[in-house]
Amino acid sequence: MSDNKQIKEILNKEYKLGFETLVQSDTFPVGLNENVIKAISKKKNEPSWLLDFRLKAYKKWQKMEEPTWANLKYPKINYQDIAYYSAPKKALDSLDEVDPEILKTYEKLGIPLEEQKMLAGVAVDAVFDSVSVKTTFQAELEKLGIIFCSISDAAHKHPEILKKYLASVVSMTDNYFAALNSAVFTDGSFVYIPPNTRCPMELSTYFRINALNTGQFERTIIICDENSYVSYNEGCSAPSRDERQLHAAVVELIALDNAQIKYSTIQNWYPGDEQGKGGILNFVTKRGLCQGENSKISWTQVETGSSLTWKYPSCVLKGKNSVGEFYSVAISSKAQQADTGTKMIHIGENTKSTIISKGISAMHGVNAYRGLVRVGKKAKNARNISECDSLLIGNKSKAHTYPYHEIKNSSANIEHEATTSKISDEQLFYLSQRGIDEEDAIAMIVNGFCKEVLKELPMEFAAEAKELLSISLEGSVG
Amino acid sequence: MLLNIKNLNVNIENKEILKGLDLKINPGEVHVLMGQNGTGKSTLVKTLSAHYDCEVTNGEIEYKDKNLLEMGVAQRANEGIFMSFQNPVEVKGVNNSYFLRTAINEKRKYHKEEELDTMEFLKLTKKELAKYDIDKKLMQRDLNDGFSGGEKKRNELVQLLLLKPDLIMLDEIDSGLDVDAVKVVAKVVNDLLKDKNRSLLMITHYDKLLSHIKPDFVHILKDGKIVKTGDYSLALELDSKGYEAIGIEDETN
Repeated sequence: MSDNKQIKEILNKEYKLGFETLVQSDTFPVGLNENVIKAISKKKNEPSWLLDFRLKAYKKWQKMEEPTWANLKYPKINYQDIAYYSAPKKALDSLDEVDPEILKTYEKLGIPLEEQKMLAGVAVDAVFDSVSVKTTFQAELEKLGIIFCSISDAAHKHPEILKKYLASVVSMTDNYFAALNSAVFTDGSFVYIPPNTRCPMELSTYFRINALNTGQFERTIIICDENSYVSYNEGCSAPSRDERQLHAAVVELIALDNAQIKYSTIQNWYPGDEQGKGGILNFVTKRGLCQGENSKISWTQVETGSSLTWKYPSCVLKGKNSVGEFYSVAISSKAQQADTGTKMIHIGENTKSTIISKGISAMHGVNAYRGLVRVGKKAKNARNISECDSLLIGNKSKAHTYPYHEIKNSSANIEHEATTSKISDEQLFYLSQRGIDEEDAIAMIVNGFCKEVLKELPMEFAAEAKELLSISLEGSVG
Repeated sequence: MLLNIKNLNVNIENKEILKGLDLKINPGEVHVLMGQNGTGKSTLVKTLSAHYDCEVTNGEIEYKDKNLLEMGVAQRANEGIFMSFQNPVEVKGVNNSYFLRTAINEKRKYHKEEELDTMEFLKLTKKELAKYDIDKKLMQRDLNDGFSGGEKKRNELVQLLLLKPDLIMLDEIDSGLDVDAVKVVAKVVNDLLKDKNRSLLMITHYDKLLSHIKPDFVHILKDGKIVKTGDYSLALELDSKGYEAIGIEDETN
């Protein structure tokens, strides 16, 4: 009896964030051409150099081809079938003017936007479809010289910094999706931490796709100046719909001398259903440049959503003694496909990188780790440790590991370890025989499997990630 | 009555292993299953725990006046059925102490009792483990991960000790243990059996353990059925004379 009740609860729990917000929006008709790009730029009242940047990227993009090397299967995307801009109609100057429906949305998502409710002590930039609806704690941060605003704001208020760093790490022609993003990016966060400053709170951006047939193309830039530190987190979700939606983001991080950036992602886009209907197509280019000596960039990601994930957060280790880290948990359940990993590009001397990747495949899920470790000619004494573990649940799921090594300096020290394991019936029986039901037993084993990665998340987000992991896998056995 | 098994037939991979077995266990009783390999002893214990290999094709099992066959694995456990594993599986990444606390709290939740917090749990394990001189370092490791055979058996004992089941089922918990370790097993079990509502169903090949835990009933299994039932003297007789002398043919021939 109680078993049946549990199953019902689980089914109801599946994707909690799949609701849609009814809000009047200003959405472009579908289609992409130069006029659409000009219209986006006009909507945002951008300086002309930014429009030129977009148009140049668009021209290059038209000549590029969609990559096919990833271990992903999906019907061809029709780029003329997507709307490239959607924003809630009301203009916003203060929180009071934010449409209450949107505020409710973020409340439902558990994101604190109201100033008086910000006990969580996390500064938030909330991006709703193509625009940033609210950035909190801006004034407090400004006192320390920290800039935390939407990228549209940065184009007006801090054009010189934006111009200097935009596309400095991910060039506009880096790849097909980065070129598309460069042409049509709408919003995202901009962070600048001045020298000798430790950002006193977690900075966080929450991305929400709401409008139908709309792509989300956000762009985020974080610059951490000398001797500074910032921890930044992003979260994402979308309504449950039968149509697939495209998300192609670009994130660029720049760490100067002795600077440290910690970037954490909890990705929970709508994953689609068991037959693979609907869900977000997630093509993301994330790269950090350790430009300064002794700088450090650390990526932590928990990828539980999207029907398809194509994402390789990378580090370019240019500064002497710089450090790159990549900690990842990727779940593919239902019919999800994930091709994710990292690139660690060692350029400077004594650079060090660590890769810990945990892939979990359940039901019909397919999970691939794809990682490149490149050690350049001048990268004396470069060190890399990679650990790629796959966990299979059930008999229909799959896991692949594709490690690539390009070593051009013989002093390099590279270690790679890969394991594949399976949650066995005997393990589940054992835990159940001690009174822990099967779903909880799976969650327990999966959390144990991901322990090394989850401990890298900021405290505020670790609990959310754990819960998300177990929800994502509920109903995956039997 | 705690357990009443009537005419139980069980298949494993479509092969009939138990063929009409009957067994009654009252609260406070100690039952021992003996018999040669392949006669169905472990299958009985696994069936009572709802192991996925065991398919019940016929018969009834009443447990605490409820139909046991309607309950899933975890529910049976929370209703007080415990089986020790001959070779417990290793679960990497899951901390032993966290696992045990979750198990205890699942049972408490099931019985609508308040859950133990970390401090209460640590106090409890410290006290119980010290009683039996079991190294508490065992608790800090991952569940059975890299444990020696002896450590695995000790870990089964720790779970038994803290989960305090009503029907204790021990499947060759003494195999591979030295004399001193067998004594610890006996001490744990005998302490638990001081509660007269608790019963024990034990599979063993050796008299060694039985000299410490005195059985009320000794059952001999053959070909999926109980063919002979006696008291402790039957085990002694079997130990000194062998199966043939007590009228059980060697099936392996």
